[in-house]
Amino acid sequence: MPANSSLLVGRELRLAARRPMDALSGLVFFVLVGSLFPLAVGPDAPLLVAIGPGVVWVAALLAVAISLHRLFEPDLDDGVLEQWLLSPHSLTGLVALRIAAHWLVCGLPLVAVGPVLALQYGLSPPAVAVLLAALLLGTPTLSLLGALGAALTLGLRGHVLVALIVLPLCVPVLVFGSSAVSAGQQGLPVGPQLSLLGACLSLAAFLCPWATGAALRLAVE
Amino acid sequence: MTTLDRAALPPGVRAHAAAAPTWRSLASPMRFEAWAGRALPWFAALAALLGVAGLVVAFGVAPTDHQQGDVYRILFIHVPAAWMSMFIYLVAALHAALGLVFRTRLSPLMARALAPTGALFTAIALWTGAMWGRPTWGAWWVWDARLTTELILLFLYLGYLGLVSAIDDPRRADRAGAIVLLAGVVDIPVIYFSVQWWSTLHQGASISLTAAPSMGHTMLAGLLLMTGACWAYTVAVALARVRRLIAEREAQWRLA
Amino acid sequence: MVFAALSFAARPGDAVQVRGSNGSGKSSLLRLLCGLLEPARGEVRWRRRAVSARDAGFAGEVAYLGHACGMTGELTVLENLRFALHLTGRACTEAACREALGQLGLAGRENEHVRRLSQGQRRRLALARVLLSGRPLWLLDEPCDALDDGATRAFEARLAAHAADGGVAVVTTHRDIAGQGREPRRIDMDALDDAGELQPARRA
Repeated sequence: MPANSSLLVGRELRLAARRPMDALSGLVFFVLVGSLFPLAVGPDAPLLVAIGPGVVWVAALLAVAISLHRLFEPDLDDGVLEQWLLSPHSLTGLVALRIAAHWLVCGLPLVAVGPVLALQYGLSPPAVAVLLAALLLGTPTLSLLGALGAALTLGLRGHVLVALIVLPLCVPVLVFGSSAVSAGQQGLPVGPQLSLLGACLSLAAFLCPWATGAALRLAVE
Repeated sequence: MTTLDRAALPPGVRAHAAAAPTWRSLASPMRFEAWAGRALPWFAALAALLGVAGLVVAFGVAPTDHQQGDVYRILFIHVPAAWMSMFIYLVAALHAALGLVFRTRLSPLMARALAPTGALFTAIALWTGAMWGRPTWGAWWVWDARLTTELILLFLYLGYLGLVSAIDDPRRADRAGAIVLLAGVVDIPVIYFSVQWWSTLHQGASISLTAAPSMGHTMLAGLLLMTGACWAYTVAVALARVRRLIAEREAQWRLA
Repeated sequence: MVFAALSFAARPGDAVQVRGSNGSGKSSLLRLLCGLLEPARGEVRWRRRAVSARDAGFAGEVAYLGHACGMTGELTVLENLRFALHLTGRACTEAACREALGQLGLAGRENEHVRRLSQGQRRRLALARVLLSGRPLWLLDEPCDALDDGATRAFEARLAAHAADGGVAVVTTHRDIAGQGREPRRIDMDALDDAGELQPARRA
């Protein structure tokens, strides 16, 4: 299995390199949304500091949401998904690897660029550090939940249904994540929020790949 | 409206459906359809009775609160609606789990029948919450923990309803919908906890909609009556919907 | 409902051809046989065990070629072949892959992106995967679609060799595939009677 994992992850990375728009579209959307809020609410510094954490997290959530429809659709169209289902390897394992690769390509850039956005909102360096940690813990959960939504709506037209299903499920990550950064900004302890984010990640990592596999079987029927 | 044409059923099935039901036999859609048809009027009557009694208590018998005036009476509708919205989600999720694990044919239909009513109660809870909030807090909407959770619950219901209506294949729709319901039911405690935390974090002292006048006996009686009425109404409407769904699926099942 | 009341059995060495007009259920039949689709009624058995795509044992014995080729456009021919074989749990040396590609007329195209291949070339790549997978059960949906005569004859030879080795193949096709020695069993989806029995039906 280890040899297979590296080969399969390698495939994902190769594909990401050859489909740059898929990888970059989430990042571009992230930066775009983050830049719109100051234009909308005005450049008042204290206000931006106050809404900064929330805006960064909402932008991250939306960026993950718009990258979801490319998660399984190309493979469904190419017939690769059928081969996954007929593989002797565990479907849960394959799905987990695919989600991990998707996070590396779509989620990790958000973690890298998030602090830049935070600085634009005038957040202090400790808060930016907390944001980094929180995004590292939170974006994989968003990818996991998003994959479940993508698998359930695979093959259906329109992108709103995925968002309607996925975003309510992501509310805890949003709440804990942005409250962690706000607490960091105010110098309050962030341990509880980060632990809760970690707990959400563990729960999602345990349940989502299996449920996503079940949903993929339904989609291929 | 599609109704089941019993005359068109094969004789064996017809006889099976007409036999007296036991609890286990109700898992068979045909038997259930027959029982539901007989039970429905009773539940509807019960709902009407309890509803009238509840409204009489709410708007007639219960005394005017000296702090909140007559506005608090809206809670007689808001609180039962909120309770039912959560209860229905749990029951629908239970049916979804049964349908996935035991592959019973009736369970996904029950989930599909309950969900619209659950969404309706959620919407009523939100609307009556706003109606209560306006005179009391001066705002049409308060980001109270309970109201916000109700809002998210409404999105969860809409997500389920949107998914099952978007998928053409009934089998896939049933099972995908079941997965969504179960994901929601696992997530709801987490969501509720996070929203609770969020509201205490930002508002300090929690402005809760349950900060209502202390419950006298009359108020409790009124709430229980209205809750009973909502429950009976839910059962009646769900039975009617399940009958329609059974009639729609009957042609497909006849081959299986 | 696509079709009803079909019953047949296949033994080692059988190459079953499924014919029928569009929409008669040929592809659905294949998907039922590989466990991707569940029948509303009835069952499919392989080696006396019920077939399920979830069963790793069964998945290790079947090679399925569907309507889509199962190849990703942005990867090269060789990459696709190696990944596909890894997915089936069978490691193949690069030399073996190149040889198989050469036999199917794809020599020299190993580093081309699949996106640039024609439909027929993609089909041949998918067939290379089937041939290299070494599985006893082949379920192929229109394998000769978009293949020219030479490639079709080469495929027929490989099919006959597979059957001669004791493998089973169920192939949907528009045109008759020459048996090359053994007369292939034929199922005509348009001609299913009420009993759905194949004449003659032999027990496995």
